[in-house]
Amino acid sequence: MSGVMKRMGMIFRAKANKALDRAEDPRETLDYSYQKQLELLQKVRRGVADVATSRKRLELQLNQLQGQSAKLEDQGRKALALGREDLAREALSRRASLQQQVSDLEVQHQTLQGEEEKLTLAAQRLQAKVDAFRTKKETIKATYTAAQAQTRIAESFSGISEEMSDVGLAIQRAEDKTAQLQARAGAIDELLASGALDDQSGLGSKDDIQAELDRLSGGTDVELELQRMKAELAGGPSAQQQAIEGGAQGNAQQPQTQHRFDKQ
Amino acid sequence: MIVRIMGEGQLDVADSHFAQLNKLDDELLAEMEGGDEEGFRRTLGALLEAVRRLGAPLPDDALEPSELILPGPDASLDEVRQMLRDDGLIPG
Repeated sequence: MSGVMKRMGMIFRAKANKALDRAEDPRETLDYSYQKQLELLQKVRRGVADVATSRKRLELQLNQLQGQSAKLEDQGRKALALGREDLAREALSRRASLQQQVSDLEVQHQTLQGEEEKLTLAAQRLQAKVDAFRTKKETIKATYTAAQAQTRIAESFSGISEEMSDVGLAIQRAEDKTAQLQARAGAIDELLASGALDDQSGLGSKDDIQAELDRLSGGTDVELELQRMKAELAGGPSAQQQAIEGGAQGNAQQPQTQHRFDKQ
Repeated sequence: MIVRIMGEGQLDVADSHFAQLNKLDDELLAEMEGGDEEGFRRTLGALLEAVRRLGAPLPDDALEPSELILPGPDASLDEVRQMLRDDGLIPG
């Protein structure tokens, strides 16, 4: 497959891997974002604590003022009992101004309490959101890791298959070459045998010599055979002599023919 | 095999269909290399049609790497040629 589909796929994968490798790891970004959210939550919680502290301080002040107010009321009653109406009046007027402060503080206290409740609620909501983000972040990270692994697997798979086809091609080439050489060797053998091609190697000339030797030794055999037969004939009848003579001739030719075949 | 049509999504096409698709794909490559815009458009249309017909669409949230990628139906010959050049797609 070498068409547009395959080529585009290959280019895409190469580019995607490069982009994936180079780009900032989204998992780090997610972790960073989570860290930031935790910091924000921390700030809100600190805010809630600050408001609560202010509220407590107001409550202390209120207690103090109410204590003072009670004391002034007591003093006024005592002054009146002692017949010091002017002193009693003074104590009561001071108590009145304290009462004013108390009611002011009570309004502030209520405002702060409302503020605190709102902040606490916000912190709880934020906490829930951060928790949800943490879950989502872990899911995204896992998905990303899986996608990355898949890309790597695809990459190594395609690499392996390419290598395998390379090896296959090499084997194919080696086989082709062997077959070619074998075919050529066979052809040369045939040509040499038929005599169309002269054998330039030393083997050929040696064979020529061997052939000559064979012929010579073949001739010697014939001579020896003839001599042996002649010796036999010297003592045999004439009818037998003719038959043996024919057979001897056949025998004498046989080794020569065989040698010629052997050479080939 | 997972085939992506750019701008459309991924389809799972059975391997048995690839002989058929390859023919169109090779034609498309030849037309692209030959600069035959009209033939390119016709063959691309036929190839996309065949992939859509033979393939089963993958769900949008599936995470499968595409083994083959096809340009979208409105891609021009020049755009595809640009993409197939070594430095196309995602530059750098």
